Amino acid sequence: MAQVMALTAPFLALIAKLLSGANVRWIDSQPDTCQRVYFANHTSHLDALVLWSCLPREVRSVTRAVAARDYWEGGAVRRHIARSFNVLLIDRENIKVHQSPVERMIREIGNRYSLIVFPEGGRTSGDEMGEFKSGLYYLAKKRPELELVPVYMENLNRVLPRGEVLPVPLLSCITFGPPMWLEAGEPKTDFLARARQAVRRLKDL
Amino acid sequence: MTNNGWWPWSTLQQLIAAAPVESAGEQPRAQIYWLLGVVIGLLAIAYAVSVWLKRYPEGTLNPALVERFVNRIRVWWIMCAILVAGFMLGPVATVILFGAVSFWSLREFITTTPTRRGDHRALFWVFFGFTPLQYILVGLSLSWDLYTLYSIVIPVFAFLYIPARIAVAGDPRRFLERAAKIQAGLFICVYALSFAPALLNLPLRPRAEDAAWAGDSHLARSGLLFYLVLLTQLADVFQNAWSRLVGRRVIAPEISATRTWEGFLGGVTSTTLIGALLWWATPFGFWEAACMSMIVAVTAFAGNMVMSAIKRDRNVADFGTLVQGHPGVLDRIDSICFAAPVFYHLTRHFFSALG
Repeated sequence: MAQVMALTAPFLALIAKLLSGANVRWIDSQPDTCQRVYFANHTSHLDALVLWSCLPREVRSVTRAVAARDYWEGGAVRRHIARSFNVLLIDRENIKVHQSPVERMIREIGNRYSLIVFPEGGRTSGDEMGEFKSGLYYLAKKRPELELVPVYMENLNRVLPRGEVLPVPLLSCITFGPPMWLEAGEPKTDFLARARQAVRRLKDL
Repeated sequence: MTNNGWWPWSTLQQLIAAAPVESAGEQPRAQIYWLLGVVIGLLAIAYAVSVWLKRYPEGTLNPALVERFVNRIRVWWIMCAILVAGFMLGPVATVILFGAVSFWSLREFITTTPTRRGDHRALFWVFFGFTPLQYILVGLSLSWDLYTLYSIVIPVFAFLYIPARIAVAGDPRRFLERAAKIQAGLFICVYALSFAPALLNLPLRPRAEDAAWAGDSHLARSGLLFYLVLLTQLADVFQNAWSRLVGRRVIAPEISATRTWEGFLGGVTSTTLIGALLWWATPFGFWEAACMSMIVAVTAFAGNMVMSAIKRDRNVADFGTLVQGHPGVLDRIDSICFAAPVFYHLTRHFFSALG
């Protein structure tokens, strides 16, 4: 299995980059293998794969995207892709008390992995970002030393919109912004609004 | 050259008879390599100048201008590389490379076009169906003449398919506008550009006065393609230079603030002159080459104006800048897109055995 993964992961990254024509920008921010949480707007099923592909290879190997189990386990191809880029699958339906998604994420990343999360929860139609769910806040509260990196993904909803299987290879743009942290004593709503604004402002840069 | 009864043509033929004729000793092979050598030499000089300009002390030169110059040179090297690869690897390679350029420029065009969800399936087939199909047909025409197919597959089949597919998707908002925009993109980026490599399919007639001209060879046809691309780029440069030097009357300020009537006339005249002087590398005679270069210069100008108009409408300076940092391929090939189909059809009609 490890052999297969070694083969398909770079291949997958290449396909994702070609298909999305992704232009990657780092603004006041640098790629790094330190532990981070990349949080981005969510408009397409391609988001997780493309964001992961846009990271440099050594960063990619320690970065796991958090994605919905019900989607990525639907069908052999999706399951194989999810395994190839080492997705952290989360149940959206039956969340148990001691199995909350945030606890699982913290347990799985240990002191090594970074995460890719989409705090809007579901995909939005593309024009305006939805409100952020509180998962990002609890993650930051339990692991305050993690760097939170905002990412804005443009045009991917046109490459593969909701409900479509076949992609249209338009050009997209992935922008990484400067890292942020949870301030001491910062209220949840303030933090989430600030995080959302951090992603939103990258759109206009 | 047949006399087809079109009077300017017979007049032209008399003029051609009076035109200077070179001694028929040289091989066409050598002629095309000469042209190629001169162009690559000039590019090397331009590259050296650009390196020198970049080292120039800051503040003395307009950095935006220098950057544009450096960019231009880089694009010309790439164009040159594509065409030389075609010389060396054969016509199939040229067709594939032009197909890739078409695909990329269509990407830029559609990315900057506002589309809606209902266009998605139509767009998928435009990108992965009609675009490759057009180039496969052009490529197959190297062996069989499929002109009747590749000249209609987009204007008939694709143009009927696109609105039909959008209608089936069920979104009536700005329906005709959306269909027309996709059709325009497919037409300019794919259909029109594909006539440049389609030149490689033409069995060129030997020049009447030049027995050594082996027109019907891959090298001669590649040379013709090189000639076309060279002229479009020269037309661009001359138009720009004349506009800067003596330009006063702007043609359409809302579309392009820099293109002037003086630049247009100067550009067309200079391109015609250079094109005519290069007649020995083509299947044309001196005056024929002059006419063809003039037509290329005018159509290249038309292509520039049309693409500028589209860009102004979408409020972008370059197709490259709308999606941050992408190289604007479409910005560089707009003149070829317009010149290629006209040049191809004139050559096919007047200078090939198929005409």
